[in-house]
Order: sequence, then C-alpha cells, then structure tokens
Amino acid sequence: MTTLEDTQELVGRGNREGAALFRDWFTDLDATAKSGGLSAYVFVMGSINEILKTFDLPVVFPEINSLQTAVRRVAHEYLEEAEDYGYSPDICGYVKADVGTQLRGGEHPMAQIPKPGITVLTNACNTYIKWAEIWERMYEIPMFTIDIPGTREAGTQTWKGDSDFEGDRKYVEVQLRELITLCEEVTGKDFDIDKFREVLGHANTMSRSWNRVLELNEAKPSLFNALTDGTIYLGVANGLRGTEVGARYFERLVEEMEYKAANGIGQTIEEKYRLLFVGVPCYPIFRRFNELFTDWGGTFVNSTYLWFASGGTNRGFEYELADPLASFAEGVLVNVRDAMDSMFHQDVVLKDMAKDFDVDGIVYHPIKSCRTVSTGLADGRKHMTDALGIPSLFMESDMMDRRVVSEAQMKNRVDAFFEGLASRRQQALADPKVR
Amino acid sequence: MTLTATRVFAEWRDKSLDDALAECRDAVESPDFETVQRWRDEGGKVVGHFQVYFPEEIIHAAGMLPFKVRGAPMEPNLADSHFGSYLCSILKTSLEMALSDQVPMEMFVSHPICDAARNLAAIWGRNTDYPSQILYLPQNPNSSGSADYLEHEYNRIKRVTEEVADVEITEEALRESITVFNENRRLIRELYDIKANTPWLVAAEDAYALVALAGMIPREEHNELLATLIPLIKKRDLKREDRIRVVFEGGFCEQPPFDLIRMLGRTCYLVDDDFMIGLRYLTSDVPTDGSPLRQLAESYLERSSYSPVQHDLRKRKEDMLIERIRGANADAAILSAAKMCEPGLEEQVAYTHALDDEGIAYFVSEFEENMSSFDQLELQVETFVENLLFQ
Repeated sequence: MTTLEDTQELVGRGNREGAALFRDWFTDLDATAKSGGLSAYVFVMGSINEILKTFDLPVVFPEINSLQTAVRRVAHEYLEEAEDYGYSPDICGYVKADVGTQLRGGEHPMAQIPKPGITVLTNACNTYIKWAEIWERMYEIPMFTIDIPGTREAGTQTWKGDSDFEGDRKYVEVQLRELITLCEEVTGKDFDIDKFREVLGHANTMSRSWNRVLELNEAKPSLFNALTDGTIYLGVANGLRGTEVGARYFERLVEEMEYKAANGIGQTIEEKYRLLFVGVPCYPIFRRFNELFTDWGGTFVNSTYLWFASGGTNRGFEYELADPLASFAEGVLVNVRDAMDSMFHQDVVLKDMAKDFDVDGIVYHPIKSCRTVSTGLADGRKHMTDALGIPSLFMESDMMDRRVVSEAQMKNRVDAFFEGLASRRQQALADPKVR
Repeated sequence: MTLTATRVFAEWRDKSLDDALAECRDAVESPDFETVQRWRDEGGKVVGHFQVYFPEEIIHAAGMLPFKVRGAPMEPNLADSHFGSYLCSILKTSLEMALSDQVPMEMFVSHPICDAARNLAAIWGRNTDYPSQILYLPQNPNSSGSADYLEHEYNRIKRVTEEVADVEITEEALRESITVFNENRRLIRELYDIKANTPWLVAAEDAYALVALAGMIPREEHNELLATLIPLIKKRDLKREDRIRVVFEGGFCEQPPFDLIRMLGRTCYLVDDDFMIGLRYLTSDVPTDGSPLRQLAESYLERSSYSPVQHDLRKRKEDMLIERIRGANADAAILSAAKMCEPGLEEQVAYTHALDDEGIAYFVSEFEENMSSFDQLELQVETFVENLLFQ
C-alpha cells in the first residue's frame, strides 16, 4: 500500500542522495589533494574505473570538474586563464577550464583538485588524447591510452564469436593487462584479482540498474528529467562506478523509479510534450536552459548524453566474473563502442529511442566546444527527419563558454518550436492523419 | 594494358622543366581533379581516403586508384547544410566533392584523426551509396598488441577492398605495390633533400605540387614524373639568395591555399614542412619479405613520421618538431593551424613553449584552405623574417 511517508521518502531520493554522494566524492578528492595523495585522471567514456578502484586510486574526472565551473558560473575565469596561456578560443572549453584549474594549482569551486599521478584515457574522444598530453607535459606522469576500435561502418558492428570482434577484444585485453602492470608500478601494490571481481560485481549492479532506470522513463508521465535529474545520476554513475556505495545508490534509484511508475508520479511539471535531447547541455545557464522547455510543459524523457556520457553503460552489459579480465575487455569494447555510436550514428539510436519513448520532438544542441558530439548532428537531423518525420529543434551554443550563449535568441527558437508543436497537435486533433 | 599501366597526366611530358612544373601546379590547383576522371574513363575504380595516413598499397594492389581526399578549392554549396558551425573547411569541401559527384568513388575510408573528422565516415555513408569505412589506426602504438591489431585491421580493410574491387588481393600483388610505393617514398625523400639542402633550386609551391600529385594519379606515373623532373631540378643553374630557412608546421590535414605557400616561398626558404605528411608518413622502405600486411603495420608503428593526430609516447610532438627544425638546419618555424582545427591549435601551445625553451624563433598563424587574401599575412611574415635577418 502506498503511503504519504513512502512518497515523501522515495520521491526525489535519487536527487538528494546523488547530490550528497557527489559532495562527498569531492570532499574525498579535497582530502587527497591536501594530503598530497595520488589520483588518477580519467574520462567519462571509458573511465576504466574498475581497474583503478581495484588499486584504490581516487579518480578525478576533469570533464566533470570543468562542467562544474560552468554550472557555478565561473567558467569564464578559467577559460580566460587558459587562453592567456596560449589556448585558442576555438578549442574545447572543458580542456581550457581544466588548464585553468591546473594553472591555479587545483583551485576549484567544489574542492582542491589533486594532481594526477597517472592518467588513463580512451580514444572515444580524440580531445581526450590531446588533453592528457597536456598533463603528461605539465607533470611528467604516465599516460595510458586504452585504444578502443569503434564501429567501422553503420550497421556493421561485430559481436562475440566473430573473428573481427575477437581481434579488437584481444587488443583491448592486452592493453588492460599492460595498464594493470603500470598501476602496480605507480601504486606499489599487486593486482588483486578477487578484489577486481568484487569491483566488477558492483559495476554490474550499477549497469543493470542504470539500464533499468532509463527504461523506466518510458512511463507516461515520465519519471525524471533526462537533462537535469539525469545529470545527477550520471555524476554518480561515473564517479562511483565499481563501488558498493555507487551500486547501492542505483539499486535505490531503481526502487524510487519503480515506485513512481507504479503510482503514476511524474516530474514536477505537467508533461505536455515528451522530448529527446541530443548533444551536450548548456551548462553556463543550465537551470534556465531547462526552463525554456519546461515552461511549455516539455520534458526530456531520454538523451544521447545519458548514453555516451555514461560510457555506454546504459547497455546494461554485465561482466562474467569467472573470466574477469577477458570479460572486462569485452565490456569495455562493447560499452565504449556504443558510446561512440550514440554520437556518430545518433540517427540510428534515435529511431528506437523515439519509438520506445513515444516522443513529440527532438532537441539537437550542438556545441562549439565538442566536435565529437556536434559535427554530425546537422546531417543526422536531416536523415532523422526523412526517416521519422519527428519535429526537431536545432540550436547551437556551448557547454562552457557564455560568450556564445545567447539566452534571448535561444528563447525565441524554443518558443517557436513549441508553437509549432502546439499547432501540429491542434491539426492532429482536427485531422487524425496528421501527427 | 592493365590499370596500373594507365596514365592520366600527360601534360607534363616532353616539356621544359618550368613548363612541366606549371602543369603540375595547374593540376593540383584545379578543383576538377581531372586526372581522377581520366582514370575512371579508362574503366578504373577509385577509393577516396581522407587525411592523414592510409596504407594505399592495399588499394593499389586491387588495381584501384587511391585518391587522397584533402579538401578542394571550392565552395561547399551542397555540403554546408550538413554541418554546424565551428568546423574546419576541409570537412565541408571534401564532402562537397562527393555530394556534387565531382569525384565519383567506389569506396571512402577515413580515420578517427580528430573529433570532427571521425564523424565524417558516418556523414559520408548517410549521403552516398557506396561503402564508407573507418580504418582504426592504433592510438596506442606503444602497446605490445598494436602490431597484431593493426595487421588484423589491415586485413579487414583488404577484405572490404576485395569486395569493392571484385578481385582477390594476393600477397604477390601487395609486394609489388609496396615496391612501387617504396620507390615513390624514396623519390619524395630525394625531393625533400633538395628542399633542405639546396632550396633555391625548387620553389616551395612547385615542391608542394610535385608531392600532392601523388594523391591523384597512379603511383607508377608519379614515380615517372619525379624520376624525370628531380634530375632536371638538380641541374638548374640558380643562385642561392640570402633568405631565412624556415620549417612550416600545420599542414598535416587541411592544406594551406596554394597562394599562401607561394607567398611563403617568395619570402623565405621552406626547407621542411608537414604538407601532405601522410604521403610520406613511412620514413623508410617497407620490407618486401614476410607478410606484406604485417610489414605495412610494423612500418606504420616503428618507422614513421609524426603529426598532432597520432599519439605515441616515443614521439612527443614538440621534440619531433625540434628534430625536424634541426634536421633541416632551419632558422625558424612557422607554426600554423587550419582554422577550427582542434588538434593543430592545441599543439601550437606545446610547440611555442618548447621553441621558447630552445630559443628557436617562430611565427604563429592560422589559415583556411579557401582564404584568398594574404596581404596582411605577407606583411607580418616579412616583418618576422626581417627581424631575424637583421638580428
């Protein structure tokens, strides 16, 4: 039986607990920095947290640090500092905010950021490589690239049992073994395969739960805002991957969402238009950006961001603990490849997403800072329109740089988009053949 | 007559050196890529491969023409709407070639060289009806697994190529192709030796055109061209001038406009550069014994140049640049980057800091393949050069 107490306790719990965990994580990083401890610098698409956690290495996600400077409206200070150092206004704002952070000795609005002792990255984004090369030069630290071959042509992904897949998987596994050796050297610890299994088990719980949380948002009304609430969940999914506390958080999040779904409890606004978000959020005006849509009753029910920025763990891939390294290599390959697909082949992803989530519109938000995500969006939109005919909005700004964010122009575009949706809905009422 | 015996660029033959070089410049400057069309007229198939490096031997061994997709001096009228803002020009003009059918192809291959370009294969594939493939060159060449992986990846591309060409690519054919390309690489190295040692014998834009032609005519024909013209260049009776010796860095992907290279060549001696670096990425002969694909893979990993888009712990880019500057006995460097080229712009910072440390003079700039006004840039370069000359 549903009680008011249940509702008060459960609804919004994921946001409350996620925010608390996020603060705790930064508090830990602060302590690491102040004690001069080692940290591993990693990225959201293929953090390899499972291995790093096995070595008890605190992980720093510079992408998350950078976006936090934008959310807290101080990004411009960091960007200007990096530009004064020599970086062009035309490169990734995340990189520049991090360079600013490093030049300030780790000073950041959330915490003192520890220096890196090692950096681990994948090729999911080429800027990861250029970015890590900056730390390599600044700190003379080991830089390890896990090179993950992606999809070679749309629709030609190979899977376990295929010789091409096996070639890719072996390459990833060899690199992971080499990374383990490097971590042993950096930390002075031996690799503990049993602890690794335990970490993988927590990661499995998180992946399974994350997949379920996303799936549950197919509910009508939708249960959480993929843009805002989703970003909180993403923070935990990345920072606490492979930990017991992270796994438990996601199990409780599933519990909350199942409760909301069973009781028809939606988001805080009345859902009039169900939307998909493609791209990266506009963090310099994050709250207002979301309100541009919610003011019209638009809710984001899913996004490609929740897929690629979780490193593809949305798939729910679970590692086989009996053969942990081989299975981990398979999981890293499949997940990171999926993250790349949800950027480069976003038109394919959207076909299923639009159907499963029964959406009224798609919002494309390419950004100056990230060419990985943004380059293919205009073309993808053309093809999505041809294939699905779903109304869409294409609006460029940035995730970091307020110099290219014009709220007034955005509002005009968003208002016109919703007016179009409203008109379309009116026409559909008059003529059911129009949808 | 086999396709590899096909010749598509007759204009330079039986002409004086100056006239032959003028023909080369015209061919490279033209947005029509007539040589490729002539190849097709002879029944040949074309595989376009995007910058930077591609193992062209695999395409050649299948009897197809490997065509280097490096943008073009044209307006991206059709392609523009397929992209957003903040992107480099080469992506747009390259796609324009496909959308306008200026250069029909049987296959397109790109490589994840940067965040923008790695989207190109998907975009290309959505808008054309031929295979649009990605070749994943290793971004961890330091792994002990990279050679096995790359050999496997080359074998995969070979299988796709066989399907497109409808021929089997034999090991013997691959060896023959490697031999042709080894000769080509040797000739290009010889040309670069002239640039470094006697730069007054060959104008910067002429050297550029001679190399760029490799990407648009059969390699046997390119070998004939270089083997004929290089000795004539060496025999020129031209006087050395008092000019600054400069290395140009930043032409690994999008190419500077021809007139920009000409302007630089008027102002200083370009003794080394990274223009079209992919065409001479392998720095020594690929062995012809053993497995050809393995040898190609090993050559890429172990005996190759550098660019901002390949990460290799053994090849820190600023160290490689300093080696290039010192190797060419240059006085200074021009550190350029294509507009909106993220890797190029990022590398500029490392380059400038390293050159500051080494006390090597440099000039920082940006370019775009379709820029047409160079007056201000020329003034700046002249000022830079004069400062060095009168130091």
